[in-house]
Amino acid sequence: MTAKSLRLVIGGILLVVALAVLPLLAIDIPGVLPGPTYTPGTLQLLAFALLIAALALTYRMMFGLAGLLSFGHALFFAAGAYGLAMTLEAFGPAEWPSALVFTVSIAVTLVLGFVLAATVGALALRVTGISFAMVTLAFAQAGSVLIRRNPGSATGGDEGLALDTSNVPPELVGVVDTRNLYWVALGILVLVYLIVLWVEKSRAGHVAEAIRENELRVRVIGLRPYNVKLLVFIAASVLASVAGMGYLLLQSGAAPRIATADFTLTLLVIVVLGGVGARWGAIVGGIVYTLLDQRLTALAGSDAIAALPDILRVPLSEPLFILGTLFVLVVLFLPGGIAGLPARITTGRKQHPAEPEETVDA
Amino acid sequence: MDTLILLVITGLGLGALYFLVASGLSLIYGLMGVLNFAHGAFLTIAAFLGWEAGRRISDGTWTGLVISALVGILVGATVAVLTEVLIIRRLYERHIEQALVTVGISLAAVALFEGIWGTDPIYTDRPAWLTQTTEILGARIPNDRFVLIACAALVLGGIVLFLRKTRYGLIIRAGVENRHMVTALGIDVRRSFTLVFAIGGAAAGLGGVLASVYYGYVSAHLGSVLLIFAFIVTVIGGLGSLTGAAIASVLVAVLQQFANFYLGGTGDLVVVVLLAAVLLIRPRGLMGKAA
Repeated sequence: MTAKSLRLVIGGILLVVALAVLPLLAIDIPGVLPGPTYTPGTLQLLAFALLIAALALTYRMMFGLAGLLSFGHALFFAAGAYGLAMTLEAFGPAEWPSALVFTVSIAVTLVLGFVLAATVGALALRVTGISFAMVTLAFAQAGSVLIRRNPGSATGGDEGLALDTSNVPPELVGVVDTRNLYWVALGILVLVYLIVLWVEKSRAGHVAEAIRENELRVRVIGLRPYNVKLLVFIAASVLASVAGMGYLLLQSGAAPRIATADFTLTLLVIVVLGGVGARWGAIVGGIVYTLLDQRLTALAGSDAIAALPDILRVPLSEPLFILGTLFVLVVLFLPGGIAGLPARITTGRKQHPAEPEETVDA
Repeated sequence: MDTLILLVITGLGLGALYFLVASGLSLIYGLMGVLNFAHGAFLTIAAFLGWEAGRRISDGTWTGLVISALVGILVGATVAVLTEVLIIRRLYERHIEQALVTVGISLAAVALFEGIWGTDPIYTDRPAWLTQTTEILGARIPNDRFVLIACAALVLGGIVLFLRKTRYGLIIRAGVENRHMVTALGIDVRRSFTLVFAIGGAAAGLGGVLASVYYGYVSAHLGSVLLIFAFIVTVIGGLGSLTGAAIASVLVAVLQQFANFYLGGTGDLVVVVLLAAVLLIRPRGLMGKAA
């Protein structure tokens, strides 16, 4: 291990420790956080940001590492959230201790997520480029329609599905225990990060990277791109459903919004905003996006905005308008996203991130 | 029998809407390789401005509707051209970024429209004839379907004529076939990029006004709903093929109506299954060129 990577590892551990002790401190950053860091409201927001960061990390593994532009990633996040909610509700023999029911439900959801990911991936990866994007979109759309249609009152339709807390450990329920949920979210982020790191550094990860750059060459060498892409697809999707389970526990329910194509587009925005070229870009992107979204919504309702003339007030009171515009500007003028900033500042040059060219090819 | 006719003609009407959106998407993708997520926004802004113009001048009459349609076409084309010239052109040949930028535009645009016109649908006044029905072979068909079908047929005919009979049309067709060859022959394809955006935007603009007639309201999400189906139609028809888009529009819309009626409202699911099936059996779509 070189000195540089050792410094990175130690820095990472210190960062995680710093994040872990946050609920015990009273740090107040006015304008960024709604309140001091020990309050449930702030912890809830931070935990949500961490989960979105984990989800963005899984999406980056597909889009940034393997060059798979999927429009259906939300499906697996929703599968985690709805899957766990539905197993917890439907299943649970009364004689079993609730901790066992909870663990088994998580395992069942993981298996479900895996089967779903393997099925969708095996089918969708038979085509590439835009067609792949469209097949994933089609599956996600089907999932979204199913959830909204509420078959057998299993998904709650437009209302969403509330978490049945009878078998959830009491430490993870209620506003007072938001702190524990925050730690769960942090744990999920660290877990996802480590697995993503492991996949990326593995031989399969290197092949995936090579496929992104030039699939034909990989074939010529004698490797099978399909298997590697499927592996990355399944890994990213199952991890997305883990993040989905965290979301369910944190929000005490699942809303149909998380299954829509718009939610996947939001993920795409987050990953590009953070920078496709680096893992920490996705994490920073997820946290920045969630905080921005929350703060801009708060800003939109503030008196300062309401006092403005219409022509300024209307655009500024729509957080998505500001985020969308910001995103367009980042794509136009800052191709490396936030993660590309340090390199650009130190070299003073425009630098393109390592990202797929020409993957949109029918 | 009468149910069958009603379903077919209603399907054709909805298919007409899909086609108006999909034709532009297909041409733009075929020529430039850009998957245009902002197309729905072109449609929505045209629907809103067309409605605003129509109701100011003459609400709920034919004059008003014609003015709406003209304004819609003009707005759609203008916004599309501005998008191409100001934003997409800067990212020439970088397809992923071009698609990403249009995603950003569509997110921002929908939010902006919600800010200006509110989140709820605004119900529109239509000429009385459009709200009535005509009886054909025992089926009572809403009259607005006929207007939709006629307009889409006109647009299809117009675009086909333009592509076949004019010099620019020739360049566009050649560009869809092989852009590098056209460039190599010393023709500036980029000018036809703007043109294709203008045509697609105009068709989407007309589609926006007609969608407000079909649904009876305008809303900030008018475009997003149609866009997903237009994407599906474009892919099923084959990216870059206008005829394919026309056939797939009718196929998808009629199938959707039938599934909604006979299979208990499963129209959306059936369409998605159709898309998956077509892509897996024939990845280039019904009429698309070989990849």
